[in-house]
Amino acid sequence: MLFTDTQSQAGRTLTATGWLLRRLHLDGPLLAALGAVVAFGLFVLYSATGENLGQWLSQLERLALAMAALVALAQVPPAWLRRISPLLYGVGVVLLVAVAVHGSVGNGAQRWLDLKVVRFQPSEIMKLAVPMMCAWYLHERPLPPSLRDVAVLLALILVPSLLIAKQPDLGTALLVASAGLLVLFLAGMSTLVIVLGLAAVGAAVPVAWHFMHDYQRQRVLTFIDPSTDPLGAGYHSIQSQIAIGSGGIFGKGWMNGSQAQLEFLPERSTDFIFAVIGEELGLLGQVFLITLYMIVIGRALYMASEAQNTYARLVCGSFALTFFVYAFVNTGMVSGILPVVGVPLPLVSYGGTAMVTLLASFGVLMSLNRHRKLVGA
Amino acid sequence: MRRGVRIKDHWNEQRLFSGRTLFAGIATALLLLVVIGRLFTLQVLRHEYYADLSQGNRVRLEPLPPDRGLIYDSNGTVIAENTPAYQLELTPEQVPDVPDTLQRLATLGLVDAEQVPALTRLIRSGRKFQAIPLRLSLSDADMAVFSVHQYEFPGVEIQTRLARWYPFGNEGVHALGYVAAISEDDLQHIDRDQYAGSALIGKIGLESAYEQQLHGSAGHRQVLVNAQGRRVDRLGTTPVRLETLPPRAGNDLFLGLDMRVQHIAEEALAGKRGAVVAIQPETGDIVALASVPTYDPNKFTRGISGREYAVLRDDIDRPLFNRALRGTYPPGSTVKPMMALAGLEYGVIDPNATRLCQGYYTLPGSTHHYRDWKKEGHGAVDMRRAIATSCDVYFYGLAEVLGIDRVHDAMTTLGFGKPTGVDVGGERAGLMPSQAWKMQTYKQQWYPGDTVIVGIGQGYLLATPIQLAHAAAVIAARGRSFRPRLVTAVRDATTGRVTKLAPVAETPLVLKDPGMWDIVVQGMEMVTEAGGTAVAATRGAPYRIAAKTGTAQVFSLGQNEKYNASQVSERLRDHALFIAFAPADAPKLAIAVLVENGGHGGSVAAPIARRIFDAYLLGKYDADTPAPPPALPATPPPTVDH
Repeated sequence: MLFTDTQSQAGRTLTATGWLLRRLHLDGPLLAALGAVVAFGLFVLYSATGENLGQWLSQLERLALAMAALVALAQVPPAWLRRISPLLYGVGVVLLVAVAVHGSVGNGAQRWLDLKVVRFQPSEIMKLAVPMMCAWYLHERPLPPSLRDVAVLLALILVPSLLIAKQPDLGTALLVASAGLLVLFLAGMSTLVIVLGLAAVGAAVPVAWHFMHDYQRQRVLTFIDPSTDPLGAGYHSIQSQIAIGSGGIFGKGWMNGSQAQLEFLPERSTDFIFAVIGEELGLLGQVFLITLYMIVIGRALYMASEAQNTYARLVCGSFALTFFVYAFVNTGMVSGILPVVGVPLPLVSYGGTAMVTLLASFGVLMSLNRHRKLVGA
Repeated sequence: MRRGVRIKDHWNEQRLFSGRTLFAGIATALLLLVVIGRLFTLQVLRHEYYADLSQGNRVRLEPLPPDRGLIYDSNGTVIAENTPAYQLELTPEQVPDVPDTLQRLATLGLVDAEQVPALTRLIRSGRKFQAIPLRLSLSDADMAVFSVHQYEFPGVEIQTRLARWYPFGNEGVHALGYVAAISEDDLQHIDRDQYAGSALIGKIGLESAYEQQLHGSAGHRQVLVNAQGRRVDRLGTTPVRLETLPPRAGNDLFLGLDMRVQHIAEEALAGKRGAVVAIQPETGDIVALASVPTYDPNKFTRGISGREYAVLRDDIDRPLFNRALRGTYPPGSTVKPMMALAGLEYGVIDPNATRLCQGYYTLPGSTHHYRDWKKEGHGAVDMRRAIATSCDVYFYGLAEVLGIDRVHDAMTTLGFGKPTGVDVGGERAGLMPSQAWKMQTYKQQWYPGDTVIVGIGQGYLLATPIQLAHAAAVIAARGRSFRPRLVTAVRDATTGRVTKLAPVAETPLVLKDPGMWDIVVQGMEMVTEAGGTAVAATRGAPYRIAAKTGTAQVFSLGQNEKYNASQVSERLRDHALFIAFAPADAPKLAIAVLVENGGHGGSVAAPIARRIFDAYLLGKYDADTPAPPPALPATPPPTVDH
């Protein structure tokens, strides 16, 4: 007996928490890191919405839903998850086609499918379904994948990605594609193929340019030189850099950022919330958040490497790195080193279904990882 | 392909995966470090630069226009004040399409269509964030129209601003002048910072001459603005410290002008074209300055329409023309007392010696007849009598003896041919001819005949009414001379202290014998006595008036022609003039009256002066007092001048 009746209340609480986490197949360190990010996000969001309590509460609501999804998915046995992967993927593609045919137009783009009860974006499903499908495909096959396997997988990735890009939602398409490609990378696809692939992408740039919408082209052009259009397309980039730069090391103080509070900063509570952190909480606030992200990614990658079968490893690794892609693309675009694409700051930005999808992915990750003792290899 | 050729090597796959994961982990950390490096650049290395940009984003200077100084008359009555008016303003940076907006406002009748091009230019030359007034005063109906359509006009709004108001309307307008909307031309020579937020600027008269005093200085306050440029009160949780520099109101002006006397002067001139200037001889203070016809300055402050302005501009009677300061007229016989002074000072004439007037004058060696206004002549007249009866022959001779150069010098000393220096702009110099002037202007030599007619105030000689009033005042003060002025005191807006301005003494005119003044003044007093030319207009006055009538020729007659008033076009009839001061022994007021094409000085101009004297000296301000009946013995005989 390690603990006696005279042991502290705290000691007993810890023991009880550990037991509960194990029972629920949850990973304590990862959950703590995610919780820290979410709490920090809620703190910042209150200021970024201009003290809009209504928005803040609806974010809290969404967070509760996402947490529920995480916990629920963690309970699903890994074998089930693997088995339903092709089904999830199939349904997702069908829904994407349905949206393309007659989806409702929200926010200027065709993304939403109205199922009377819930309006949701099928593209969000694909963020989970594409890597799971790829991992399912590779699970039984010897690795590294053969060229034929790579070709099949590329097709599996490109079909939904292009459907999403066509909506048009460049940000999500990018995330979906990268989630799938990360599976390929983790599966050990030959370095030569990767290099050749990158070269092919480089060659495809002019072709892509041809198929781009005007606003997408504008974003690329503005990224190259934001000052060419300071009040138009370059406005976002310039104002967010002013916000971050004027924040300095310690920031202007919570709720005191003039760029954010006086609405010079567009989309301050959604895609550009990272600039609000920079302005109000300074370099320290931003580095703090990035550190939390690194902990999340590091822990998730560690869990992936601990996973005991191919499917689990690939899915876990892909989810961990997709989370990184979110963080990197958003912070990069807000600080002006990447073009402006619609990628939210993970677990911090207001709204969207990204919060639910992200925490759901961590639910899957935990299920695949924490069931191993019960299921075995 | 997987059947048998390759089998899964779990150990190897695990190793491969771990390698890839490690690589990804390192790449992840490196890329996030790149982001942190970028943040470091923005927040530490370039912090100052972005802090400035952020400050420029949120703080804007809002101009605080000063209140314009008020103007009071000598009784302390306000004659120019500020009243609230609803003003239509446009802020260029908030308007997507300025010409289109103006066009649509014009269609609604809110902006004068003719002013659209001028307004467009004004908006272009102004600052983008500064509101430009489109219309200075909106009626209730206009307000209603705009309210209905306001949503169609982003960047256009109604503001309550102080506008200038002249409670006396037309009265005194030629002294006061007016303020009106700042024009593109004004912007060229004003300090724009001082006029930020101001809609009006002095255009003419005192309002223009004392613009700097009246305007005061603009203040400003820093305001916090959001991205839409709208003012906000606070930023987040902390109130922001913002600077405010309060405006300094313009100084108030106190005038010597007495609006009661001014009213009498304008009423007496009503229906005529003419001018009156009344000056206190001991100070130079102008008690009345009238030019008729007049106009309503309030039209200008409220934004005059192109059509209204055209009516004023094209009126044949020229109401906008300031006759008192800018009208130059032959002074006619009103110069005779001054000629007499010159004759005495230069010692060329014995005032008591008589000359025979036979009704005409001839130069030695010439047969040309310079006619007297009285065909049969005045008989034997001495200097006093010559002034009283306005004998032309006496002064033809005197001028000839003096010669043009001495006449020029004497008259210049009395203020002819140069501006009086009155403290309101736009004054004309008139013309005091000389040999040199004629040579320079006409490349001709001066003839004795030119001198002869200058002796009776004709020929090249031209004078403004204010010059005549000033000369009358100098004679009244026996040579002491004060520069005519409207403003007598200034009240500092911040301290409230009233500073009285000392009268501006000019070089006095000192005669060799002060007794000479008496001779001339006696002659001028005799003008209003039995046998004088202004006896009718001055009959019954309880004070003595020293005066001189004048009837200046506009239309030249041939050598043997007779002037017949009824045959000559109204515009070519003689100008009626009158100078006077009273009481003669201790003068309090000197007056010059001019009535264009009025005819006879004694019968037309003199009664106007009489009413002003009665008002000023006796307090007879009653507007309804009937003018003294014109009781001249008979129709004046046809004249050249008298």
